[in-house]
Amino acid sequence: MLASKLVFTLFLTLTATLGGARLAIAAEPDAVRQKELVRLVRQDCGSCHGMTLQGGLGPALLPAELRDKPVEGLVATIYYGRPGTPMPPWQQFMTEAEAEWIVQKLMSGFPN
Amino acid sequence: MRLLLGVLLAVLLNACAGPQLRGTGDLGLIIERATGRVTLVSTSSQQPYARIEGLGDLSHASAVYSRDGRYAFIFGRDGGLTKIDLLEARIVKRVMQSGNAIGGSISQDGRIVVAQNYTPGGIKAFDAETLELLSEVPAEYAPGKFSKVVGLADVPGKKFAYALFEGGEIWVTDFSNPRQPKTQRYPAGVQPYDGLVTPDGRYYLAGLFGEDGVAMLDLWQPEKGARKILENYGRGQEKLPVFKMPHLRGWSVAQGKAYLPAIGRHEVLVVDVATWKEVGRIPVRGQPVFVMARPDGRQIWVNFAFPDNGKVDVIDTLAGKVVHAFEPGKGILHMEFAPRGENVWLSARDDNKVVILDTANFAKLGEISADSPSGIFFTSRAARIGF
Repeated sequence: MLASKLVFTLFLTLTATLGGARLAIAAEPDAVRQKELVRLVRQDCGSCHGMTLQGGLGPALLPAELRDKPVEGLVATIYYGRPGTPMPPWQQFMTEAEAEWIVQKLMSGFPN
Repeated sequence: MRLLLGVLLAVLLNACAGPQLRGTGDLGLIIERATGRVTLVSTSSQQPYARIEGLGDLSHASAVYSRDGRYAFIFGRDGGLTKIDLLEARIVKRVMQSGNAIGGSISQDGRIVVAQNYTPGGIKAFDAETLELLSEVPAEYAPGKFSKVVGLADVPGKKFAYALFEGGEIWVTDFSNPRQPKTQRYPAGVQPYDGLVTPDGRYYLAGLFGEDGVAMLDLWQPEKGARKILENYGRGQEKLPVFKMPHLRGWSVAQGKAYLPAIGRHEVLVVDVATWKEVGRIPVRGQPVFVMARPDGRQIWVNFAFPDNGKVDVIDTLAGKVVHAFEPGKGILHMEFAPRGENVWLSARDDNKVVILDTANFAKLGEISADSPSGIFFTSRAARIGF
């Protein structure tokens, strides 16, 4: 029992580390795609989160609000949505790496 | 003598010129969401006649009109409430009334303007003349818990009906005494996302996001409470993702039926307003956002959430199906009919223009350039319940 718990914890740690590493090496979208993603976030995410990302039916997405949230969780929220809330999955419109790029930009101040 | 005549003539001419008079019945405004600007338009000339800047964050902004159609009250996302004069084309007064607002409404007698707010959740009433704060009703549905307010609608008798997204209730607040409003609460369902009052002012409907169904309150017999209609319209099937919340208003009612957007389904639901039973559903090409009847009720125009927001489907209410499906522009955010419906104005956000179409043959009549246009509001709303 204890052993399996240990293995599980080890597994979690490993995945988290790998996840972190993957984040660090995620390739940046090219300039054209970045522009598209910025527009998508401002205009379409903006219908619930506000064009200025100060929140609406959905919560605010400003750096101060996101600071204490884990990056992986935010990426998963964008990519897979959040069941039980109005947040839909966006995976048909972007890759997971692009979702990560969006999260990083949101956390450091989203471009216009 | 000649000089005297000349002066006399000049005085006479001046008197004739006087101030140029005009009515307000054919005026309107276009919200330019990204630039904090509104463009004032005439529906007769189909041309803009003025632009007013400095209205703050206008993403998701909406407007209501004074009874005479001269003043528009514009509710900005940032909580700004701006009163503009359409005749003098200027801002009369502007106040910041909350941190995060979603729209507003005006009382039957035109004296009270009410804003609905997300943060802090609740409604606030203002004197329509001065924009002085009269009273507020915090949406505290449980001790210390505040809800976002959605679907605010003016209803007869100086009352306003609205729904609480987190609270799952419909509230009706009576402003007979504007400084001491009285509120009645009715359980509605899971996550109401918007609401409407029928054009006769009798029924208030709140669309539910968290469950399949619509909550309906008979305002003539509110003691009976809200009941569910269209229950289980999804029949347990998995919902499609909803990339933008639909909008409800009294424009959904046509020819004794209400045409309502299904949540998570590419369908328009049809309900008989006499029995409140579902009488049909019409497949469309996306998640409906606005489902709007032409004022005569013969056509229903439907636009869609991302990624189908370049499409528009037109339903013929006699045939009960889509008769025209087209792509009038990129990012169609809103539609507004001329007062009697002979043409419709569509904002094409990503084309930076408003497109004017003939509703009889769908021919393009003209376009007006505007910076990321969203809502279009004509003064004909001034005389309608729930607008």
